[in-house]
Amino acid sequence: MKHRSLYIKILSALLVFGAWEIAGRIPISYAFPTFLESMSALARMTFDGSIFVAYAETLKPLVLGVAISTVFGIGLGLWIGLSERFEWLFSPIFIVMQAAPLAALIPLLVMAYGIGLTSKVFVVCIMAMPVIVLSTSSAVRNTPASMKEMAQSFLAKDYQVVLKVVIPAASPVIFSGLRLGVSAGFIGAILSELKITPTGVGDIITYSRSIADYPSMYAAIFSIILLAVLFLNLLEKIENTLFKGNDRGYVTD
Amino acid sequence: MVMSQTDAAFSNAEPIEQDVAVSVRGVSKNYGAVEALKDMSLEFPRGQLTSLLGPSGCGKTTLLKIIAGLLKPDTGEITVNGKAVVGPGPNRAFVFQDFALLPWANVMRNVAFGLELRGVAKSEREDKAAKYINDVGLQGFEKAYPHELSGGMRQRVGLARALSVDAKVLLLDEPFSAVDEQTRRKFQEDLLALVANENKTFIFVTHSIEEAVYVSDQIAILLPRPSRVSEIIRPSSFRLKGAENIRRDPEYLDIVDEIWASLRDYVE
Ligand SMILES: Nc1ncnc2c1ncn2[C@@H]1O[C@H](COP(=O)(O)OP(=O)(O)O)[C@@H](O)[C@H]1O
Ligand SMILES: [Mg+2]
Repeated sequence: MKHRSLYIKILSALLVFGAWEIAGRIPISYAFPTFLESMSALARMTFDGSIFVAYAETLKPLVLGVAISTVFGIGLGLWIGLSERFEWLFSPIFIVMQAAPLAALIPLLVMAYGIGLTSKVFVVCIMAMPVIVLSTSSAVRNTPASMKEMAQSFLAKDYQVVLKVVIPAASPVIFSGLRLGVSAGFIGAILSELKITPTGVGDIITYSRSIADYPSMYAAIFSIILLAVLFLNLLEKIENTLFKGNDRGYVTD
Repeated sequence: MVMSQTDAAFSNAEPIEQDVAVSVRGVSKNYGAVEALKDMSLEFPRGQLTSLLGPSGCGKTTLLKIIAGLLKPDTGEITVNGKAVVGPGPNRAFVFQDFALLPWANVMRNVAFGLELRGVAKSEREDKAAKYINDVGLQGFEKAYPHELSGGMRQRVGLARALSVDAKVLLLDEPFSAVDEQTRRKFQEDLLALVANENKTFIFVTHSIEEAVYVSDQIAILLPRPSRVSEIIRPSSFRLKGAENIRRDPEYLDIVDEIWASLRDYVE
Protein backbone atom coordinates (compact mmCIF):
# COMPACT_ATOMS: atom_id res chain seq x y z
CA MET A 1 0.00 0.00 0.00
CA LYS A 2 2.70 2.43 1.03
CA HIS A 3 4.71 1.60 -2.07
CA ARG A 4 1.76 2.01 -4.33
CA SER A 5 1.00 5.51 -3.03
CA LEU A 6 4.67 6.37 -3.59
CA TYR A 7 4.45 5.11 -7.18
CA ILE A 8 1.34 7.18 -7.74
CA LYS A 9 3.09 10.26 -6.41
CA ILE A 10 6.08 9.70 -8.69
CA LEU A 11 3.83 9.01 -11.64
CA SER A 12 1.79 12.16 -11.14
CA ALA A 13 4.99 14.18 -10.72
CA LEU A 14 6.30 12.73 -14.01
CA LEU A 15 3.06 13.62 -15.76
CA VAL A 16 3.14 17.21 -14.51
CA PHE A 17 6.82 17.66 -15.39
CA GLY A 18 6.27 16.02 -18.78
CA ALA A 19 3.40 18.37 -19.54
CA TRP A 20 5.54 21.30 -18.41
CA GLU A 21 8.38 20.19 -20.68
CA ILE A 22 6.06 19.82 -23.69
CA ALA A 23 4.34 23.15 -23.00
CA GLY A 24 7.74 24.82 -22.76
CA ARG A 25 8.87 23.29 -26.05
CA ILE A 26 5.82 24.31 -28.08
CA PRO A 27 6.23 27.04 -26.57
CA ILE A 28 2.98 28.40 -25.21
CA SER A 29 4.67 31.71 -24.41
CA TYR A 30 8.16 33.06 -24.96
CA ALA A 31 8.22 33.71 -21.20
CA PHE A 32 7.60 30.04 -20.38
CA PRO A 33 10.75 27.95 -20.17
CA THR A 34 10.85 24.16 -20.42
CA PHE A 35 11.11 21.97 -17.36
CA LEU A 36 14.68 20.97 -18.17
CA GLU A 37 15.82 24.56 -18.69
CA SER A 38 14.31 25.51 -15.35
CA MET A 39 15.94 22.54 -13.62
CA SER A 40 19.34 23.39 -15.03
CA ALA A 41 18.88 26.96 -13.80
CA LEU A 42 18.02 25.53 -10.39
CA ALA A 43 21.12 23.33 -10.50
CA ARG A 44 23.24 26.33 -11.43
CA MET A 45 21.86 28.38 -8.55
CA THR A 46 22.39 25.45 -6.20
CA PHE A 47 26.05 25.03 -7.23
CA ASP A 48 26.94 28.70 -7.10
CA GLY A 49 25.19 28.85 -3.73
CA SER A 50 22.93 31.77 -4.64
CA ILE A 51 19.75 29.82 -3.84
CA PHE A 52 20.99 29.16 -0.30
CA VAL A 53 21.80 32.81 0.23
CA ALA A 54 18.31 33.66 -0.99
CA TYR A 55 16.63 31.15 1.31
CA ALA A 56 18.61 32.33 4.31
CA GLU A 57 16.84 35.64 3.70
CA THR A 58 13.38 34.29 2.83
CA LEU A 59 13.23 31.75 5.64
CA LYS A 60 13.68 34.43 8.31
CA PRO A 61 10.19 35.99 8.04
CA LEU A 62 8.71 32.65 7.01
CA VAL A 63 9.98 30.64 9.99
CA LEU A 64 9.37 33.47 12.44
CA GLY A 65 5.90 34.17 11.11
CA VAL A 66 4.88 30.52 10.98
CA ALA A 67 6.24 29.89 14.47
CA ILE A 68 4.41 32.90 15.89
CA SER A 69 1.22 31.97 14.06
CA THR A 70 1.41 28.39 15.29
CA VAL A 71 2.00 29.22 18.94
CA PHE A 72 -0.34 32.18 19.19
CA GLY A 73 -2.83 30.82 16.69
CA ILE A 74 -3.31 27.55 18.55
CA GLY A 75 -3.19 29.29 21.92
CA LEU A 76 -5.77 31.88 20.90
CA GLY A 77 -7.89 29.27 19.19
CA LEU A 78 -7.93 27.14 22.33
CA TRP A 79 -8.82 30.13 24.44
CA ILE A 80 -11.59 31.29 22.14
CA GLY A 81 -12.91 27.76 21.77
CA LEU A 82 -12.93 27.13 25.52
CA SER A 83 -14.40 30.41 26.65
CA GLU A 84 -18.10 30.80 26.29
CA ARG A 85 -18.08 34.56 26.26
CA PHE A 86 -15.34 35.73 23.94
CA GLU A 87 -16.17 34.01 20.72
CA TRP A 88 -18.38 36.80 19.46
CA LEU A 89 -15.55 39.25 20.13
CA PHE A 90 -12.60 37.48 18.52
CA SER A 91 -13.93 35.25 15.79
CA PRO A 92 -15.05 38.18 13.62
CA ILE A 93 -11.57 39.70 13.78
CA PHE A 94 -10.02 36.59 12.33
CA ILE A 95 -12.77 36.10 9.81
CA VAL A 96 -12.13 39.64 8.58
CA MET A 97 -8.38 39.02 8.59
CA GLN A 98 -8.91 35.91 6.54
CA ALA A 99 -11.04 37.72 4.01
CA ALA A 100 -9.05 40.98 3.83
CA PRO A 101 -7.16 41.62 0.59
CA LEU A 102 -3.60 41.44 1.84
CA ALA A 103 -2.16 43.58 -0.96
CA ALA A 104 -4.26 46.47 0.30
CA LEU A 105 -2.92 46.09 3.83
CA ILE A 106 0.73 46.00 2.87
CA PRO A 107 1.13 49.77 2.41
CA LEU A 108 -0.34 50.26 5.88
CA LEU A 109 2.08 47.77 7.37
CA VAL A 110 5.00 49.45 5.64
CA MET A 111 3.90 52.81 6.98
CA ALA A 112 3.65 51.42 10.49
CA TYR A 113 6.64 49.08 10.62
CA GLY A 114 8.90 50.12 7.75
CA ILE A 115 10.27 47.85 5.08
CA GLY A 116 12.24 45.55 7.35
CA LEU A 117 11.72 42.11 8.78
CA THR A 118 8.83 43.16 11.05
CA SER A 119 6.52 44.00 8.18
CA LYS A 120 7.33 40.76 6.41
CA VAL A 121 6.70 38.71 9.55
CA PHE A 122 3.38 40.51 9.85
CA VAL A 123 2.43 39.57 6.32
CA VAL A 124 3.22 35.92 7.01
CA CYS A 125 1.20 36.04 10.23
CA ILE A 126 -1.77 37.73 8.60
CA MET A 127 -1.78 34.97 6.02
CA ALA A 128 -1.18 32.05 8.36
CA MET A 129 -2.85 32.91 11.64
CA PRO A 130 -6.58 33.29 10.91
CA VAL A 131 -7.10 29.79 9.55
CA ILE A 132 -5.13 28.33 12.47
CA VAL A 133 -7.15 30.27 15.03
CA LEU A 134 -10.48 29.56 13.41
CA SER A 135 -9.95 25.86 12.90
CA THR A 136 -8.55 25.42 16.41
CA SER A 137 -11.45 27.22 18.05
CA SER A 138 -14.08 25.39 16.05
CA ALA A 139 -12.39 22.04 16.70
CA VAL A 140 -12.34 22.76 20.43
CA ARG A 141 -15.94 23.81 20.35
CA ASN A 142 -16.92 20.59 18.60
CA THR A 143 -15.39 18.22 21.14
CA PRO A 144 -18.05 15.55 21.72
CA ALA A 145 -19.90 16.55 24.89
CA SER A 146 -20.18 12.95 26.00
CA MET A 147 -16.38 12.59 26.13
CA LYS A 148 -16.02 15.66 28.30
CA GLU A 149 -18.80 14.43 30.51
CA MET A 150 -17.11 11.06 30.78
CA ALA A 151 -13.86 12.67 31.91
CA GLN A 152 -15.71 14.79 34.46
CA SER A 153 -17.54 11.78 35.83
CA PHE A 154 -14.15 10.12 36.36
CA LEU A 155 -13.06 13.17 38.35
CA ALA A 156 -11.01 14.97 35.71
CA LYS A 157 -9.99 18.44 36.74
CA ASP A 158 -10.65 21.20 34.22
CA TYR A 159 -7.08 21.24 32.95
CA GLN A 160 -7.17 17.46 32.55
CA VAL A 161 -10.33 17.70 30.46
CA VAL A 162 -8.49 20.14 28.20
CA LEU A 163 -5.22 18.22 28.01
CA LYS A 164 -6.51 14.67 27.86
CA VAL A 165 -9.78 15.05 25.98
CA VAL A 166 -10.30 18.39 24.25
CA ILE A 167 -6.85 18.78 22.67
CA PRO A 168 -6.46 15.19 21.44
CA ALA A 169 -10.01 15.24 20.10
CA ALA A 170 -9.36 18.54 18.33
CA SER A 171 -5.89 17.68 17.09
CA PRO A 172 -6.79 16.37 13.61
CA VAL A 173 -8.66 19.57 12.81
CA ILE A 174 -5.99 21.72 14.47
CA PHE A 175 -3.36 20.04 12.33
CA SER A 176 -5.31 20.47 9.14
CA GLY A 177 -5.69 24.16 10.05
CA LEU A 178 -1.96 24.22 10.66
CA ARG A 179 -1.30 22.76 7.22
CA LEU A 180 -3.49 25.38 5.58
CA GLY A 181 -1.89 28.08 7.70
CA VAL A 182 1.62 27.01 6.78
CA SER A 183 0.82 26.96 3.07
CA ALA A 184 -0.68 30.43 3.40
CA GLY A 185 2.46 31.48 5.30
CA PHE A 186 4.61 30.44 2.33
CA ILE A 187 2.46 32.57 0.06
CA GLY A 188 2.77 35.45 2.54
CA ALA A 189 6.55 35.19 2.67
CA ILE A 190 6.93 35.37 -1.11
CA LEU A 191 4.26 38.05 -1.39
CA SER A 192 6.06 40.21 1.15
CA GLU A 193 9.28 39.88 -0.81
CA LEU A 194 7.54 40.84 -4.01
CA LYS A 195 5.53 43.72 -2.54
CA ILE A 196 7.68 45.21 0.23
CA THR A 197 11.36 44.86 -0.66
CA PRO A 198 12.79 42.33 -3.07
CA THR A 199 14.98 40.06 -0.97
CA GLY A 200 15.71 36.34 -0.98
CA VAL A 201 13.68 34.19 -3.32
CA GLY A 202 11.40 37.11 -4.12
CA ASP A 203 14.48 38.99 -5.33
CA ILE A 204 15.48 36.12 -7.64
CA ILE A 205 11.97 36.11 -9.09
CA THR A 206 11.83 39.89 -9.57
CA TYR A 207 15.37 40.26 -10.85
CA SER A 208 15.34 37.35 -13.27
CA ARG A 209 12.04 38.50 -14.69
CA SER A 210 13.46 41.99 -15.23
CA ILE A 211 16.38 40.57 -17.25
CA ALA A 212 14.11 38.03 -18.98
CA ASP A 213 15.96 35.06 -17.40
CA TYR A 214 12.77 33.04 -17.23
CA PRO A 215 14.36 29.67 -16.40
CA SER A 216 15.79 31.17 -13.19
CA MET A 217 12.48 32.75 -12.34
CA TYR A 218 10.64 29.45 -12.73
CA ALA A 219 13.40 27.63 -10.88
CA ALA A 220 12.89 29.92 -7.90
CA ILE A 221 9.12 29.44 -8.00
CA PHE A 222 9.57 25.69 -8.33
CA SER A 223 11.94 25.58 -5.37
CA ILE A 224 9.53 27.37 -3.06
CA ILE A 225 6.70 25.03 -4.03
CA LEU A 226 8.98 22.05 -3.45
CA LEU A 227 9.95 23.39 -0.03
CA ALA A 228 6.31 23.92 0.90
CA VAL A 229 5.39 20.38 -0.15
CA LEU A 230 8.28 18.90 1.80
CA PHE A 231 7.37 20.91 4.88
CA LEU A 232 3.71 19.89 4.72
CA ASN A 233 4.74 16.25 4.44
CA LEU A 234 6.93 16.67 7.49
CA LEU A 235 3.99 18.18 9.36
CA GLU A 236 1.85 15.20 8.44
CA LYS A 237 4.53 12.83 9.74
CA ILE A 238 4.67 14.75 13.01
CA GLU A 239 0.91 14.62 13.31
CA ASN A 240 0.81 10.88 12.74
CA THR A 241 3.44 10.12 15.35
CA LEU A 242 2.02 12.55 17.91
CA PHE A 243 -1.56 11.37 17.75
CA LYS A 244 -1.33 7.81 16.64
CA GLY A 245 -4.93 6.88 17.38
CA ASN A 246 -6.43 9.76 15.49
CA ASP A 247 -5.77 8.37 12.04
CA ARG A 248 -7.69 5.31 13.11
CA GLY A 249 -11.01 7.04 12.75
CA TYR A 250 -13.62 8.03 15.25
CA VAL A 251 -15.97 5.75 17.09
CA THR A 252 -19.30 6.95 15.96
CA ASP A 253 -21.83 4.17 16.18
CA MET B 1 -20.25 1.85 55.98
CA VAL B 2 -21.40 5.14 57.40
CA MET B 3 -24.96 4.38 58.21
CA SER B 4 -27.44 1.57 58.44
CA GLN B 5 -30.82 3.11 58.04
CA THR B 6 -33.29 0.28 57.60
CA ASP B 7 -36.21 0.85 55.39
CA ALA B 8 -39.29 -0.92 56.65
CA ALA B 9 -40.79 -1.30 53.21
CA PHE B 10 -37.90 -3.44 52.01
CA SER B 11 -37.13 -5.36 55.18
CA ASN B 12 -39.04 -8.52 54.34
CA ALA B 13 -37.82 -8.87 50.77
CA GLU B 14 -34.29 -10.11 51.44
CA PRO B 15 -32.84 -11.81 54.46
CA ILE B 16 -29.68 -9.65 54.53
CA GLU B 17 -29.72 -6.28 56.16
CA GLN B 18 -30.74 -3.55 53.82
CA ASP B 19 -29.51 -0.06 54.08
CA VAL B 20 -29.78 2.71 51.59
CA ALA B 21 -26.73 3.52 49.49
CA VAL B 22 -28.19 6.31 47.43
CA SER B 23 -31.19 8.39 48.21
CA VAL B 24 -32.94 10.93 46.02
CA ARG B 25 -35.17 13.43 47.80
CA GLY B 26 -37.51 15.89 46.16
CA VAL B 27 -35.37 16.36 43.08
CA SER B 28 -36.66 18.63 40.30
CA LYS B 29 -34.93 19.61 37.12
CA ASN B 30 -36.09 21.82 34.30
CA TYR B 31 -34.47 22.38 30.94
CA GLY B 32 -35.88 25.76 30.11
CA ALA B 33 -39.58 25.11 29.77
CA VAL B 34 -39.20 21.31 29.77
CA GLU B 35 -39.90 19.73 33.14
CA ALA B 36 -37.54 16.77 33.04
CA LEU B 37 -37.95 15.77 36.69
CA LYS B 38 -40.51 16.93 39.20
CA ASP B 39 -40.20 16.35 42.92
CA MET B 40 -38.68 12.91 42.48
CA SER B 41 -37.89 10.79 45.54
CA LEU B 42 -36.37 7.34 45.43
CA GLU B 43 -34.07 5.13 47.47
CA PHE B 44 -31.51 2.66 46.25
CA PRO B 45 -30.70 -0.26 48.59
CA ARG B 46 -27.03 -1.05 49.04
CA GLY B 47 -25.59 -4.03 47.21
CA GLN B 48 -28.60 -4.36 44.92
CA LEU B 49 -29.51 -3.52 41.40
CA THR B 50 -32.29 -1.00 40.92
CA SER B 51 -33.63 -0.35 37.45
CA LEU B 52 -35.07 2.92 36.31
CA LEU B 53 -37.60 1.87 33.72
CA GLY B 54 -39.72 4.13 31.61
CA PRO B 55 -40.45 5.41 28.13
CA SER B 56 -37.80 7.64 26.58
CA GLY B 57 -38.00 11.26 27.55
CA CYS B 58 -39.21 10.59 31.08
CA GLY B 59 -36.00 11.83 32.65
CA LYS B 60 -34.01 8.65 33.33
CA THR B 61 -30.74 9.99 31.98
CA THR B 62 -31.32 13.29 33.72
CA LEU B 63 -31.81 11.57 37.06
CA LEU B 64 -28.73 9.40 36.56
CA LYS B 65 -26.58 12.40 35.68
CA ILE B 66 -27.83 14.25 38.73
CA ILE B 67 -26.88 11.27 40.90
CA ALA B 68 -23.50 11.23 39.16
CA GLY B 69 -23.03 14.90 39.99
CA LEU B 70 -22.76 15.84 36.33
CA LEU B 71 -25.93 17.93 36.52
CA LYS B 72 -27.20 20.08 39.35
CA PRO B 73 -30.83 19.62 40.38
CA ASP B 74 -32.97 22.74 40.60
CA THR B 75 -34.37 21.59 43.91
CA GLY B 76 -33.91 18.59 46.17
CA GLU B 77 -30.95 16.59 47.32
CA ILE B 78 -29.03 13.44 46.55
CA THR B 79 -27.12 11.60 49.23
CA VAL B 80 -24.66 8.80 48.73
CA ASN B 81 -23.83 6.95 51.94
CA GLY B 82 -25.52 9.76 53.80
CA LYS B 83 -23.39 12.49 52.29
CA ALA B 84 -24.87 15.11 49.99
CA VAL B 85 -23.70 15.02 46.39
CA VAL B 86 -22.15 18.26 45.17
CA GLY B 87 -20.35 16.95 42.09
CA PRO B 88 -18.77 13.81 40.66
CA GLY B 89 -17.10 11.74 43.34
CA PRO B 90 -14.94 8.62 43.77
CA ASN B 91 -17.86 6.64 45.17
CA ARG B 92 -19.73 6.67 41.83
CA ALA B 93 -18.73 5.48 38.36
CA PHE B 94 -20.69 5.94 35.16
CA VAL B 95 -21.21 3.60 32.22
CA PHE B 96 -22.40 5.54 29.20
CA GLN B 97 -25.01 4.61 26.66
CA ASP B 98 -22.73 5.67 23.78
CA PHE B 99 -19.67 4.13 25.53
CA ALA B 100 -17.80 7.48 25.53
CA LEU B 101 -14.44 5.84 24.79
CA LEU B 102 -11.44 7.85 23.69
CA PRO B 103 -10.95 6.91 20.03
CA TRP B 104 -7.24 7.73 20.11
CA ALA B 105 -6.57 5.53 23.13
CA ASN B 106 -6.28 1.75 23.09
CA VAL B 107 -8.31 -0.55 25.32
CA MET B 108 -5.69 -0.52 28.05
CA ARG B 109 -5.53 3.26 28.24
CA ASN B 110 -9.31 3.60 28.03
CA VAL B 111 -9.87 1.16 30.87
CA ALA B 112 -7.15 2.81 32.96
CA PHE B 113 -8.35 6.33 32.13
CA GLY B 114 -10.25 6.86 35.38
CA LEU B 115 -7.14 5.85 37.34
CA GLU B 116 -4.95 8.00 35.09
CA LEU B 117 -7.08 11.03 35.94
CA ARG B 118 -6.62 10.25 39.60
CA GLY B 119 -2.86 10.30 39.20
CA VAL B 120 -2.28 6.57 39.79
CA ALA B 121 1.18 5.54 38.54
CA LYS B 122 1.24 3.94 35.11
CA SER B 123 2.39 0.44 36.11
CA GLU B 124 -0.07 0.29 38.97
CA ARG B 125 -3.05 1.45 36.94
CA GLU B 126 -2.21 -0.89 34.08
CA ASP B 127 -2.02 -3.84 36.47
CA LYS B 128 -5.42 -2.96 37.79
CA ALA B 129 -6.85 -2.31 34.34
CA ALA B 130 -5.46 -5.65 33.10
CA LYS B 131 -7.40 -7.43 35.83
CA TYR B 132 -10.68 -5.83 34.79
CA ILE B 133 -9.96 -6.31 31.11
CA ASN B 134 -9.70 -10.00 31.98
CA ASP B 135 -12.86 -9.90 34.06
CA VAL B 136 -14.94 -8.52 31.21
CA GLY B 137 -13.41 -11.04 28.79
CA LEU B 138 -11.29 -8.72 26.67
CA GLN B 139 -7.88 -10.28 27.28
CA GLY B 140 -5.80 -10.09 24.12
CA PHE B 141 -7.42 -6.82 23.05
CA GLU B 142 -5.40 -4.52 25.31
CA LYS B 143 -3.70 -2.91 22.33
CA ALA B 144 -6.80 -2.65 20.14
CA TYR B 145 -8.43 0.70 19.43
CA PRO B 146 -12.16 1.26 19.96
CA HIS B 147 -12.98 1.37 16.25
CA GLU B 148 -11.55 -2.13 15.91
CA LEU B 149 -14.04 -3.51 18.42
CA SER B 150 -17.69 -4.50 18.10
CA GLY B 151 -20.35 -2.53 19.97
CA GLY B 152 -20.53 -5.19 22.65
CA MET B 153 -16.79 -5.16 23.16
CA ARG B 154 -16.75 -1.39 23.38
CA GLN B 155 -19.31 -1.49 26.13
CA ARG B 156 -17.18 -4.07 27.94
CA VAL B 157 -14.39 -1.52 27.83
CA GLY B 158 -16.77 1.08 29.29
CA LEU B 159 -17.76 -1.37 32.00
CA ALA B 160 -14.17 -2.29 32.82
CA ARG B 161 -13.29 1.40 33.06
CA ALA B 162 -16.09 1.95 35.56
CA LEU B 163 -15.14 -1.16 37.56
CA SER B 164 -11.45 -0.28 37.71
CA VAL B 165 -11.98 2.88 39.77
CA ASP B 166 -13.62 0.68 42.39
CA ALA B 167 -16.61 2.90 43.08
CA LYS B 168 -19.28 1.50 45.34
CA VAL B 169 -22.10 2.79 43.17
CA LEU B 170 -22.28 1.99 39.46
CA LEU B 171 -24.51 4.13 37.28
CA LEU B 172 -25.40 2.47 33.99
CA ASP B 173 -27.31 4.46 31.39
CA GLU B 174 -28.92 2.04 28.94
CA PRO B 175 -25.57 0.31 28.63
CA PHE B 176 -26.86 -2.48 26.39
CA SER B 177 -29.11 -0.52 24.10
CA ALA B 178 -26.47 -0.21 21.38
CA VAL B 179 -25.50 -3.88 21.25
CA ASP B 180 -27.15 -6.73 19.42
CA GLU B 181 -29.70 -9.00 21.05
CA GLN B 182 -27.42 -12.00 21.63
CA THR B 183 -24.70 -9.89 23.15
CA ARG B 184 -27.30 -8.16 25.20
CA ARG B 185 -28.51 -11.41 26.74
CA LYS B 186 -24.96 -12.42 27.55
CA PHE B 187 -24.43 -9.03 29.16
CA GLN B 188 -27.55 -9.41 31.26
CA GLU B 189 -26.32 -12.74 32.60
CA ASP B 190 -22.90 -11.28 33.29
CA LEU B 191 -24.53 -8.38 35.06
CA LEU B 192 -26.40 -10.74 37.38
CA ALA B 193 -23.12 -12.41 38.25
CA LEU B 194 -21.50 -9.03 38.81
CA VAL B 195 -24.25 -7.94 41.20
CA ALA B 196 -23.90 -11.22 43.07
CA ASN B 197 -20.11 -11.14 43.31
CA GLU B 198 -19.25 -7.47 43.72
CA ASN B 199 -20.47 -5.67 46.75
CA LYS B 200 -21.72 -2.71 44.75
CA THR B 201 -24.93 -0.81 44.30
CA PHE B 202 -26.13 -0.72 40.70
CA ILE B 203 -28.42 1.91 39.27
CA PHE B 204 -29.44 0.70 35.87
CA VAL B 205 -31.39 2.67 33.31
CA THR B 206 -33.29 0.77 30.67
CA HIS B 207 -36.34 1.14 28.51
CA SER B 208 -36.71 -2.61 28.07
CA ILE B 209 -39.28 -4.18 30.37
CA GLU B 210 -37.88 -7.70 29.99
CA GLU B 211 -34.37 -6.50 30.70
CA ALA B 212 -35.46 -4.63 33.83
CA VAL B 213 -37.37 -7.60 35.22
CA TYR B 214 -34.54 -9.98 34.37
CA VAL B 215 -31.71 -8.13 36.07
CA SER B 216 -33.30 -6.12 38.88
CA ASP B 217 -33.74 -6.53 42.59
CA GLN B 218 -35.96 -3.48 42.46
CA ILE B 219 -37.65 -1.74 39.55
CA ALA B 220 -38.70 1.89 39.70
CA ILE B 221 -41.21 2.67 37.00
CA LEU B 222 -40.95 6.26 35.85
CA LEU B 223 -43.70 7.98 33.97
CA PRO B 224 -43.45 11.18 31.96
CA ARG B 225 -45.37 14.46 31.99
CA PRO B 226 -44.91 15.15 34.79
CA SER B 227 -42.04 12.83 35.47
CA ARG B 228 -42.65 10.76 38.57
CA VAL B 229 -42.07 7.37 40.15
CA SER B 230 -45.33 5.60 39.56
CA GLU B 231 -44.52 2.26 41.11
CA ILE B 232 -41.74 0.27 42.75
CA ILE B 233 -41.66 -3.44 42.07
CA ARG B 234 -39.48 -5.94 43.87
CA PRO B 235 -39.34 -9.32 42.16
CA SER B 236 -38.61 -11.96 44.75
CA SER B 237 -38.88 -15.64 44.04
CA PHE B 238 -37.36 -16.28 40.60
CA ARG B 239 -34.09 -14.54 41.34
CA LEU B 240 -32.74 -17.54 43.24
CA LYS B 241 -33.63 -20.13 40.63
CA GLY B 242 -30.65 -19.52 38.38
CA ALA B 243 -30.14 -17.27 35.40
CA GLU B 244 -31.31 -19.77 32.81
CA ASN B 245 -34.72 -20.31 34.43
CA ILE B 246 -35.73 -16.73 34.99
CA ARG B 247 -37.34 -16.11 31.62
CA ARG B 248 -39.68 -19.11 32.08
CA ASP B 249 -40.71 -18.29 35.61
CA PRO B 250 -44.42 -17.43 36.06
CA GLU B 251 -43.62 -14.50 38.35
CA TYR B 252 -41.20 -13.09 35.76
CA LEU B 253 -43.88 -13.28 33.09
CA ASP B 254 -46.53 -11.78 35.37
CA ILE B 255 -44.35 -8.84 36.28
CA VAL B 256 -43.53 -8.18 32.64
CA ASP B 257 -47.25 -8.14 31.84
CA GLU B 258 -48.10 -5.98 34.79
CA ILE B 259 -45.48 -3.38 33.87
CA TRP B 260 -46.61 -3.34 30.28
CA ALA B 261 -50.18 -2.77 31.43
CA SER B 262 -49.19 0.30 33.39
CA LEU B 263 -46.88 1.68 30.70
CA ARG B 264 -48.96 1.13 27.58
CA ASP B 265 -51.06 4.26 28.07
CA TYR B 266 -47.92 6.37 27.85
CA VAL B 267 -46.73 5.03 24.54
CA GLU B 268 -47.81 7.10 21.59
N1 LIG C 1 -29.73 19.21 27.56
C1 LIG C 1 -31.08 19.26 27.43
N2 LIG C 1 -31.68 20.41 27.04
C2 LIG C 1 -33.02 20.48 26.92
N3 LIG C 1 -33.86 19.47 27.15
C3 LIG C 1 -33.33 18.30 27.54
C4 LIG C 1 -31.91 18.14 27.70
N4 LIG C 1 -31.66 16.86 28.09
C5 LIG C 1 -32.86 16.28 28.18
N5 LIG C 1 -33.87 17.11 27.85
C6 LIG C 1 -35.31 16.83 27.87
O1 LIG C 1 -35.63 16.36 29.14
C7 LIG C 1 -36.50 15.24 29.09
C8 LIG C 1 -35.87 14.05 29.77
O2 LIG C 1 -34.70 13.65 29.06
P1 LIG C 1 -33.84 12.40 29.46
O3 LIG C 1 -33.43 12.53 30.88
O4 LIG C 1 -32.74 12.28 28.48
O5 LIG C 1 -34.88 11.22 29.29
P2 LIG C 1 -34.63 9.65 29.10
O6 LIG C 1 -33.21 9.35 29.41
O7 LIG C 1 -35.60 9.02 30.01
O8 LIG C 1 -34.96 9.34 27.67
C9 LIG C 1 -36.78 15.01 27.61
O9 LIG C 1 -38.02 15.61 27.30
C10 LIG C 1 -35.66 15.71 26.91
O10 LIG C 1 -36.09 16.21 25.68
MG1 LIG D 1 -31.67 8.46 28.22
